[in-house]
Amino acid sequence: MKPFLAALLLVLLLFLASLLVGASDSLSWHNVRALLSGDSDEAALLLMASRLPRAIALVLAGAGMAVAGAIMQMLVQNRFVEPSTAGTVESAALGMLLVLLLAPDLPVVGKMLVAMLFAFLGTLLFLAILRRIPLRSPVIVPLVGIMLGGVISSVTSFIAYRYEMMQSLGAWMSGDFSTILRGRYELLWLAGGLTIAAYAAADRLTVAGMGEERAVNLGLNYRSVMFFGLMLVAAVTAAVLVTAGVVPFLGLVVPNLVRLWRGDRLRSSLPLIALIGAGLVIACDILGRTLNAPFEIPVGTVLGVVGSVAFLFLLTGRRTYAA
Amino acid sequence: MIEIANVSKSYGKSLVVDGLSLTLPKGGITSIIGPNGAGKSTLLSMIARLVDPDGGRIAVGGLDVATTRGDLLARHLAVLRQDNHLAMRLTVRDLVTFGRYPYGKGRLGPEDVAQIGRALSYLGLTELADRFLDELSGGQRQRAFVAMVICQDTDYMLFDEPLNNLDIGNAVAMMKLLTRATRELGKTAVVVLHDINFASRYSDHIVAMRDGRLHSQGTPAEMITPEVLRDLYGTAFEVRDIGGHRVAVYYG
Repeated sequence: MKPFLAALLLVLLLFLASLLVGASDSLSWHNVRALLSGDSDEAALLLMASRLPRAIALVLAGAGMAVAGAIMQMLVQNRFVEPSTAGTVESAALGMLLVLLLAPDLPVVGKMLVAMLFAFLGTLLFLAILRRIPLRSPVIVPLVGIMLGGVISSVTSFIAYRYEMMQSLGAWMSGDFSTILRGRYELLWLAGGLTIAAYAAADRLTVAGMGEERAVNLGLNYRSVMFFGLMLVAAVTAAVLVTAGVVPFLGLVVPNLVRLWRGDRLRSSLPLIALIGAGLVIACDILGRTLNAPFEIPVGTVLGVVGSVAFLFLLTGRRTYAA
Repeated sequence: MIEIANVSKSYGKSLVVDGLSLTLPKGGITSIIGPNGAGKSTLLSMIARLVDPDGGRIAVGGLDVATTRGDLLARHLAVLRQDNHLAMRLTVRDLVTFGRYPYGKGRLGPEDVAQIGRALSYLGLTELADRFLDELSGGQRQRAFVAMVICQDTDYMLFDEPLNNLDIGNAVAMMKLLTRATRELGKTAVVVLHDINFASRYSDHIVAMRDGRLHSQGTPAEMITPEVLRDLYGTAFEVRDIGGHRVAVYYG
């Protein structure tokens, strides 16, 4: 319980810090008092319309993507997979592009559902490929996923290029929370809800992670749990993609850090994974907002740097416990 | 009692189990022996409903494994396959706790907690309970998986070559443990074994398979004879009586 409370406290502090960092001076460390006493309407508007939605979106997206990564690692039985190393994110982006081309008037929820369906099918394709190749090393699995993602991405780029949509494609392929405003992030609450659903199913997902034979031996309906888990991953990925763009590596780095220390029983590790995921995204977002102020570095870029270094560290890891 | 009626299974063109009919007795240890490719592991997997037979019917304690609900069956039948590699990082206690999954679906009552403690101490794992499996030796890990099976507390326990990763001392300890579990807890254990002398020493009943069919079955005294073994494995055997148990010598 102690590490959980410590992580919760850290996330709260980062959340508050996120509210007070930004290009506008009307809401910053110096005039919190004016805001609290109700003297500054401008600050209140900024808080409610922009800063607060952004901070909430960061928490929901960070927790959601970290949990999605943990679930994926469990179900694929490989600690190097996450939505962006399994073709899931790229498939969602392809779905998103197609829906923008073919049905641009669809409401955001509809777009998200299409992206989610593509994400789910892309993940199934990834699993089907894995079943067909002899796996000599666990490192092959994410390589296959990254290659599959590359192929799907190239299709997406080709279509985007033909229809002059490269720019908007570029916008959601790098996660960026600077455009988050009230009314444009609420879909992420769905990702938040799904994260809680994942916690409710933690034991089932862990049993499924022991492999099909052991799961069947324990009386689990393996197929339905796989379906539920992969749907959940697809939905979270799509919701985050549609609202903020790709948040890479989070699902890889956070679950692996927590695993080293707490193990893989999701019942005890998921709350920490969610909190640390949220904290890491807020921290990277604050970093992106302050490094080059008043300009922003998208959080996807910051995470890309932090995450790939951590990924390399994991690949060359000292111990080979999952190998 | 495990009833196997006219069961067949083929992989591609090769027929692995060929119209096998067999009844395994309730109680004690039944060993399944036979040369490579005899279909022993496939049979065990079909009894445990991990592999679907192409035809025929299997019932464990009166429950048809093809039609009984998975979670109900999981309270009557537990299986341990050869491979004890796990891609995830769990403590010994976590693993053993999942043996109770068929009962509470993750929620633990006082009965479950008691069973977990008993299974851990039964296998001498109490000291190691909070260690991660990937930090243990192969023998210790094997014991943890057996503890999970014991914790599942089923009438029938199936083991596919449980001695495979164990040195001689651990192998003897494992067979003694299974003997104890069947005697004290009234369980039925079905064990696929390669070492016929372990089968001879610790079994109540031995089933010999060859080419997907039943070769012969009986008590160790009936089965561990030069004639039966030569016919089963196609090589010469000498059998000696040492301390009331039959020991086969087969070094040519």
